[in-house]
Amino acid sequence: MKVTRRGFIAAALAASTPLGAETFAGSYAPDAEPIGQGIWLVRGADEAIGFANGGAIANSVILATDAGPLIVDPGPSRRYGEALSALAARLTGKPPARVFVTHLHPDHSFGAGAFDPRIVAALAGTRVELDRDGAGFSDAMYRLLVDWMRGTEVPRPGLALTPGPLAIGGRIVRVMALAGHSAADLALLDESTGTLIAGDLVFHDRAPATPHADLALWRHSLAALASTPHRQLVPGHGPLDPTAAAIAQTRDWLDWLEQALRDAVASGLDMTEAGSLPIPSRFAAVKAARYELQRSVAHLYPRFEAELLPRIDS
Amino acid sequence: MRLVDLLLACAALVGPAATAAAAPPRDPLGSPMWDFHARRLFGSDPVVFDEAVAVTIPPIAENQRVFPVTVDARKLAGVKRIVLFGDLNPIPVAVDFRPTGAAPFIATRIKLDQRTPVRAAVQTLDGTWHVAGSWIDAAGGGCSAPPVSRVKGDWADHLGEVRGGAWRDGIDTRLRVTIRHPMDTGLVENIAAYNVDRLTVSDEAGQRLAEMTVYGSVAEDPAFTFIVPGTGSGAFAIAAHDSNGLAFSGTARSAPGPAPALRK
Repeated sequence: MKVTRRGFIAAALAASTPLGAETFAGSYAPDAEPIGQGIWLVRGADEAIGFANGGAIANSVILATDAGPLIVDPGPSRRYGEALSALAARLTGKPPARVFVTHLHPDHSFGAGAFDPRIVAALAGTRVELDRDGAGFSDAMYRLLVDWMRGTEVPRPGLALTPGPLAIGGRIVRVMALAGHSAADLALLDESTGTLIAGDLVFHDRAPATPHADLALWRHSLAALASTPHRQLVPGHGPLDPTAAAIAQTRDWLDWLEQALRDAVASGLDMTEAGSLPIPSRFAAVKAARYELQRSVAHLYPRFEAELLPRIDS
Repeated sequence: MRLVDLLLACAALVGPAATAAAAPPRDPLGSPMWDFHARRLFGSDPVVFDEAVAVTIPPIAENQRVFPVTVDARKLAGVKRIVLFGDLNPIPVAVDFRPTGAAPFIATRIKLDQRTPVRAAVQTLDGTWHVAGSWIDAAGGGCSAPPVSRVKGDWADHLGEVRGGAWRDGIDTRLRVTIRHPMDTGLVENIAAYNVDRLTVSDEAGQRLAEMTVYGSVAEDPAFTFIVPGTGSGAFAIAAHDSNGLAFSGTARSAPGPAPALRK
C-alpha cells in the first residue's frame, strides 16, 4: 500500500497544524503483488493505525474468477474499498463479484461500504460483533483518521458464510469458520493455488493484536490452520509466508505473551511494569512488538489478576 | 450536576480554597487547567516541576476505562503526600496517598475522559510540591460510560471481594490489592456516584503504613500496588470504605519474592 505524496505532506503537516484547522487526507493507491495464478496480495503497512498510513495496515487479497474478482478484506475506509475495487477491476477486467470480511476489526472490515451489501460476505458471528462494536470503532477511526474516513459507515455484510467449499466463477474457495482472535474468524483456502488466507488468526513478523482474543480458542484455530494442507499463507498483517513460519511464530508469541503476563501477575508486578517487560530476542524482527505488548497488557492483565491473585478478604 | 460544579466540588475536597497565593509556575505541559488545579490543590505552597518524580504511563490509552499509572517518588526524601490527577478529567483527582510507613510509590489505574495531562504532585515535609507528568491522548468515555459490571449486571454479586498478595524481594516488600467495586462516577445516566473512598494499610504490629483517599476517577475494580521498606512484616491488613458506608477488609501475607528476571 502506498500513500500518495499529498497524503505524506498532509501527515507531516498534521503535527504542526494548529488546533481546529482542517486536515485533509491524501488518496489511497493500493499495490497488487501477484502471488499465484489469478491471485494478488495487497499489503498493508506493518504499523499501528495512524493518519500517515490512512489506516491501511491490513493485508487484502484479490482472486480472479470468471464471474468477477473476489476481494478478501476491503480495508479501513470506504475510499480504500473503492480503490481496491478499482484495482481488482483493472487486474481482471470485471467488477468485483464477492467481498469477504474475515472478522470485525475496522482495519479489515470498514471498506465494505464501497460495495453493494448483497455481495459482502462474513461469518454470522462477525455480523453480530459488528452490530455490537461497530459504532465504537467508527468513532475511534474517525477520530484517528479524520478525512480518510469520509463517507465510511459501519458495514453490515449481507451474506452469511457457512463452512465448506464455495464455488464462484469456476474458482473454489474453502470457507473455514474459526475463532480466537475474535469471536468469529474467517479463513479461506484457495484450492487452485493452495493459498491459505488466514485473516488475523495469523500475524507474520508483526506482533499479534489481542483486543478480542480468547487465547485458548486462538491456539485451537492455529492448530486447525496448521493441519490444513497449503502451499503458502497470507497473514492478516505482515509478508506472505511460503514456509509455514507464520503460524508457528503467532503461536510462539501468544504462548510467550500469556506466560509472561501470568508470571508478572504472580510476581506482584502492576500493569505499567508488565508493559515494559523485556521482549525475547527471537521476536527482534517482529514489528510493533512493544506496542502490541502494551495493548495486550490492557486487554488481558485484569483478567489474569482476577484469576491468579488469591482472595484475601476477611 | 454541572461539570464545573463537579470540578469545583472535587477540587475543594482535596485542597484549601485559593487564597491570595503567588501564581503557580508556568506549566511545561501547557494545560488549560493547570492554574485552576494548582491554585486549589497547592494553595500557597511552593511548587516545582521535578524529574525526581517518575510518572510511568503507557504511550497509548488502549482502554480509557482502565489506564495504568505508576508514580515513583523514592528519589525524594521526606514525602508526606502524593496526589495523582488528570487535569481534564471531570473528576480530576484519582487518589490522595499519604505514605505513613510505605515507600513513596503507588501504582493504580484510572479512567480517562479525554486527552489530558496525567500528573503526580508529591509533597515533601518542607511543604513543597514536586510535580511531574505527561499528556496522554484518549478518546472520550472513560468516566461517562457505565462500568463493565453494571452492563453485565453482576457487580453486587462480587462487591467488596478483595484479592492480593505480598512479595518480599530481599530489601522491600511489595504489596498488591484489588477490590471488586463498580466505582460509579455519577456521570452515567441514572447511576449515582458510588466509589471506594478510603483505604488504609497496616503492618502486623498495627502500624499504619499507608492512608489513601480514593475518588471516582479510579478505574472499576480498583487495584493498588505499594512498596513497604524492609521485609519484617509477614502480613498486611487492608481496610477500605466506600461512599455508601460499606467496609471491606483483607489480609495479605508475604510470599517468597518475585523471580529476579521480572524485577526492573
